[in-house]
Amino acid sequence: MKVAQELTKEEMVDLYRKMQLIRVFEEQAGSQYMRGKIRGFLHLYIGEEAIAAGAISALGPDDYVITHYRDHGHAMARGMDPKIAMAELFGRATGSSKGKGGSMHLFDASINFMGGYAIVGGQLPIATGLALAEQYKGTNNIVLCFLGDGALNEGEFHEAMNIAAIWHLPVIFFCENNLYGMGSPVGDVFAVKEIYRMAEAYEMPGKRVDGMDVLAVREAMTEVVDWVRSGNGPYFVEGMCYRFRGHSMADPSEYRHKDEENYWKTKDPITTLRRKLIGDQIVAEADLNDIDSEVEALIDEAVQFADESPEPDLSTLYDDILG
Amino acid sequence: MAEITYREALSHGLKEAMDTDDRVFIMGEDIGAYGGAYAVTKGFLEHYGPKRIMDTPIAESGFTGAGIGAAMAGLRPVVELMTLNFSLLAMDQIVNHAAKIRYMSAGQFTVPLLVRAVTGGGAGLAATHSQNFENWYASVPGMTVAVPSTPYDALGLLRESFKHEDPVLLAEHALLYRLKGEVPDEWYTVPFGQADVKRRGSDVTLVAYSRMVHVALDAAQILAERGVEAEVIDLRSLRPLDMETIYESVKKTGRVAVVEETWRTGGFSAELASQIQEECFDYLDGPVARVNGEDVPQPYAINLERASIPDAQKVVDTLASVIGI
Repeated sequence: MKVAQELTKEEMVDLYRKMQLIRVFEEQAGSQYMRGKIRGFLHLYIGEEAIAAGAISALGPDDYVITHYRDHGHAMARGMDPKIAMAELFGRATGSSKGKGGSMHLFDASINFMGGYAIVGGQLPIATGLALAEQYKGTNNIVLCFLGDGALNEGEFHEAMNIAAIWHLPVIFFCENNLYGMGSPVGDVFAVKEIYRMAEAYEMPGKRVDGMDVLAVREAMTEVVDWVRSGNGPYFVEGMCYRFRGHSMADPSEYRHKDEENYWKTKDPITTLRRKLIGDQIVAEADLNDIDSEVEALIDEAVQFADESPEPDLSTLYDDILG
Repeated sequence: MAEITYREALSHGLKEAMDTDDRVFIMGEDIGAYGGAYAVTKGFLEHYGPKRIMDTPIAESGFTGAGIGAAMAGLRPVVELMTLNFSLLAMDQIVNHAAKIRYMSAGQFTVPLLVRAVTGGGAGLAATHSQNFENWYASVPGMTVAVPSTPYDALGLLRESFKHEDPVLLAEHALLYRLKGEVPDEWYTVPFGQADVKRRGSDVTLVAYSRMVHVALDAAQILAERGVEAEVIDLRSLRPLDMETIYESVKKTGRVAVVEETWRTGGFSAELASQIQEECFDYLDGPVARVNGEDVPQPYAINLERASIPDAQKVVDTLASVIGI
């Protein structure tokens, strides 16, 4: 585990709390799905928490976050109220999109959370446009765009990488390489074995980071954010990670070997940070237990809020198509 | 009142928007130094500079998506897609994202993006470069689709686009750029969803849009020589759609034909025919006639190409065979 000396105790505890918030939110979402409270597709972020928590914590409040359909983790890390997120998953009027978007399309303008995009690769050109707008306006705000390894074979990835590079746009493309595009192992679908090196084709800097280590992600991203904010153009980051669940709730994950799953579970980012915080005597175990309890209560409250919220009124069917 | 071309009207409207709103910028393939494939932005780069006149790589999805992102972040981008044929490469961005972001975010984000694209056949470019997809986009909730047939409407609809807070597709017909028409000196706009009655008549209604308005007017002239007075309606926008003007006319004439350049199968004329018969069934003296482009990939040879696109004679012949006029 990285030793991020520049982080304060509070910052490290916050990373722990964020990861735990994501984990508990997702576990609850999974169980509410099994109870029939959530419909459609549900893609859980369990196992990948270190990336959302570590990367987004390196941003400022005016920066943008845009992501793909496995978006709950990024929303939680950016600070979306778990209540409105859970209510959206439940398809309720109190949800972040008043029940119009669902799990794959979370948006929150109040925190510059620009949305989850469910067409693979679709968010990448949009991310360049957000960055272009900030460059145009002369701010030093930047864009953090998450993508899965599956998006790398979409034409839009290459179009967006090239556009970001030629226009020196302030955008970070963060690829969460969880080793499978749905059920396809990355080794079967990529000509390039070290994915972060794909950035070289666009003369864009790229680096690989241990995406199971939140302090490593945070440390790498602190440098990358600074580099991009300083006007040096775009950056590509590959975070090596693993989803502990299937692609979606419909996926029993039979294409993965149990030994492989068990190996990655030994790298659980929350357990790892917890062990370090206690082992290095940064935080007392009891304090972390208190955080766990607070998070559990917060998510219980979110579920209760969602469950008690009304369905959208039928009169809203045609709302928000045009202004 | 000045007489200007369709191209000049578009160029004028874009300059006006650039001059009055710093958030407006234009991007597209070869719109800068080259001046645009159809010369609408000729001279713009020299006047406005490369920050606001952005040449893009040939990456339609990439730069259309960039337009969406810039619009979400508070700018008013204009994306020029060289032709509507190439918009298929950007269709995911337009249909799945631009048209849906307001709805899926419950109004938290809007996409005030203007997409301009050249539409239509008849220029000897064969099947991949001669298509009209306006009707496809018009079936998507969240989209606004404008189809000007004159310099007046081109400028008026363009101005309207800059007042609009959602994505607009402005389909400019390739064969109309040199068309001249009167444009008033005083400010005006053409609201979306307001059809224009181009010619009054009491015997039959011809509904058309884009270049086919001129074909319909030519047909009306032929009919007039035979003593048949046709009313010609220019839709001006496909979405929103002004059915009231059509209903009013059909209830008066009792006979109607829709004239459209694109293919018959799945054409917008089918949508119009359906709505007309639902609303005006008891007023109709015959079936709703449809005059469409032939259901073929548009061929290159000039005689075949001409045979594939509706002309005035085809309108007249269809009226005779379908309605018995």
